Amino acid sequence: MNAAIVGIGATDFSKDSGRSELRLAAEAVRAALEDAGLAPSDVDGLVSFTMDTNAEIAVARELGIPGLTFFSRVHYGGGAACATVQQAAMAVETGMAEVVVCYRAFNERSGHRFGQVQAAAAANIDNSWSYPVGLGTPAAMVAMFARRYMHEYGATSEDFGRVAVVDRKHAATNPRAWFHDRPITLADHQASRWIAEPLRLLDCCQESDGGVALVVTSAGRARDLPNEPALVEAAAQGSAADQFTMTSYYRDDLTGLPEMGVVARGLWRRSGIGPSDVDVAVLYDHFTPFVLVQLEELGFCGRGEAKDFVASGALELTGSLPLNPHGGQLGEAYLHGMNGIAEAVRQVRGTAVNQVADVEHVLVTAGTGVPTSGLVLGRG
Amino acid sequence: MIDIEEEAARIAGQGGSAPRLARDPVNLPMINNWLEAIGDEHPGYTEVAPPAMVQVWTMAGLRGQRSADDPLGQMMAILDEAGYTSVVATNSDQTYHRYLKVGEHLSVTTSLEDVTGPKRTGLGEGWFVTTRSTWYVGDEPVAEMRFRVLKYTPASKPEPQPGPRQAQAIRPAVNRDTEYFWEGCRQGELRIQRCGGCGLLRHPPGPMCPECGATKPKYLVSAGCGVVYSYVVHHHPQVPGRRTPFVVALVELDEGVRVLGELAGEPAIGLPVEVVFTEVDDELTMPSWRPRADR
Repeated sequence: MNAAIVGIGATDFSKDSGRSELRLAAEAVRAALEDAGLAPSDVDGLVSFTMDTNAEIAVARELGIPGLTFFSRVHYGGGAACATVQQAAMAVETGMAEVVVCYRAFNERSGHRFGQVQAAAAANIDNSWSYPVGLGTPAAMVAMFARRYMHEYGATSEDFGRVAVVDRKHAATNPRAWFHDRPITLADHQASRWIAEPLRLLDCCQESDGGVALVVTSAGRARDLPNEPALVEAAAQGSAADQFTMTSYYRDDLTGLPEMGVVARGLWRRSGIGPSDVDVAVLYDHFTPFVLVQLEELGFCGRGEAKDFVASGALELTGSLPLNPHGGQLGEAYLHGMNGIAEAVRQVRGTAVNQVADVEHVLVTAGTGVPTSGLVLGRG
Repeated sequence: MIDIEEEAARIAGQGGSAPRLARDPVNLPMINNWLEAIGDEHPGYTEVAPPAMVQVWTMAGLRGQRSADDPLGQMMAILDEAGYTSVVATNSDQTYHRYLKVGEHLSVTTSLEDVTGPKRTGLGEGWFVTTRSTWYVGDEPVAEMRFRVLKYTPASKPEPQPGPRQAQAIRPAVNRDTEYFWEGCRQGELRIQRCGGCGLLRHPPGPMCPECGATKPKYLVSAGCGVVYSYVVHHHPQVPGRRTPFVVALVELDEGVRVLGELAGEPAIGLPVEVVFTEVDDELTMPSWRPRADR
């Protein structure tokens, strides 16, 4: 695509921001514009998640953005993350806007916590098959997939735990991470309490307060800006047959994430690269089992082989597929996947705190278990 | 009705309490105990005391009583009477004019400096009471302290929340496409949508058959038997209407579709189960699973 991410910005990541969600959004957008070397007056497009409480016009007012020619929202929770950049890139390519900022800001820990039972969500007719029977949290909904995956492929709780250990290892050396300096062992994971069997506490990502923003413009304009641009080599969305939000339990098979398969095929086709060309993978990690399934859907290993792939050490910074060098949402913060895109930009620029050497292509994925999205960013 | 501000002005007008002599002179054993307790390893306190110890010398002891003219004691009694029965110390500032030497014998006098309120705080409504104490060696002031407490009425506790079992269970949303299912549950039938065009069985149901496009949904009544395809044992957080841990099972019916429901008993993939219906109230009956009796 003829678009690039030229600025990234974020607030602090905390458990209690002490400020409104709008202020978090405004702070993140301002920081991203400063990073890009652009002014609010350069912005003519804004994109966010349908779940975000901050209206585009409210963000524009706070920043003093004079006018907007493009504003758009993407649905399905964390599945929207990479699709916000896709929306921005399409707007830039089609001339609907020149500079588009993608943002996501919330008080997800001190305010409305997604990990609690969302009684209001049961008003959605799709949810009337799950919430009323007691299946009312994201962890429990993922646990249903995870139990079947273990049954089919012989994966164990330790196999899930290895994902948490590597994320926390990377977070331990990232000063911005909530779990900076606090690595865990596999024994810690195994000793952590059950949340929704087979998921333990340390299989579940954090709940965080904070905001992240990303500035997208054309590749041509990017060349005149101070940072090395992270080119959008490919962007894709995906949903699959008989798709539900978190509860696609009625397909023939429960061990895959076919919507991520749709994303994967789109990314490889549009970028012209394949799994072996990926230097860093920023995979959505709200719950560890779906990291294993993603590795299979994206083609890094065969069906059922992810446990062996992970155990081989491939996901270490020195491995064949360094995973979430910032610590992911298990280690750094849960910003609905947007902090992972910022990390991918840093890896392309060469400015990450846990920088992988000679990065050409970074893969980023968005929320799993829901209709989702993905990006390949690179130096072009 | 007590006029707190008037009482405060009266007590403040009394000025300082009569000087109260410390129990013991400044002494090395107490200095050493204090240094150990605080973890201060400075070797220099052999002839003078650490300044921050100043309050220690005039403490009243384990069974000490406030003197009748102590302004803080008087003010506390008035606020107690006015209903501000709880107390928390909020801050103190100390000023040291010089080191205190071993052997010096201190006295202390306290006056009421300020009473402000009522203030609404996180603890409850209350008054901030500030006193000023001055320590003397003979007639020489050697240290001062401004000390502030909050005297408050504890905020009333919220109404006790109903236990997890009593909390209202989450109810399903029901519309024209799904009403037949919940009506079936009320009648003790597990109804599965069957396309009136091509006969496709489908759960969860919808208005248009994805196979043939017909909009003639009918249903069959399931025999209610199947096996556990997957399951979750839910521990955290609490779920309205349920006591943790509990099991939710995804059951594959003999007819071929999957249906979610709570499972009573030890779960396992492949476990044969049958449906049971639990009446929540007149309008809602929920299907759930139990291990099949005939196995």
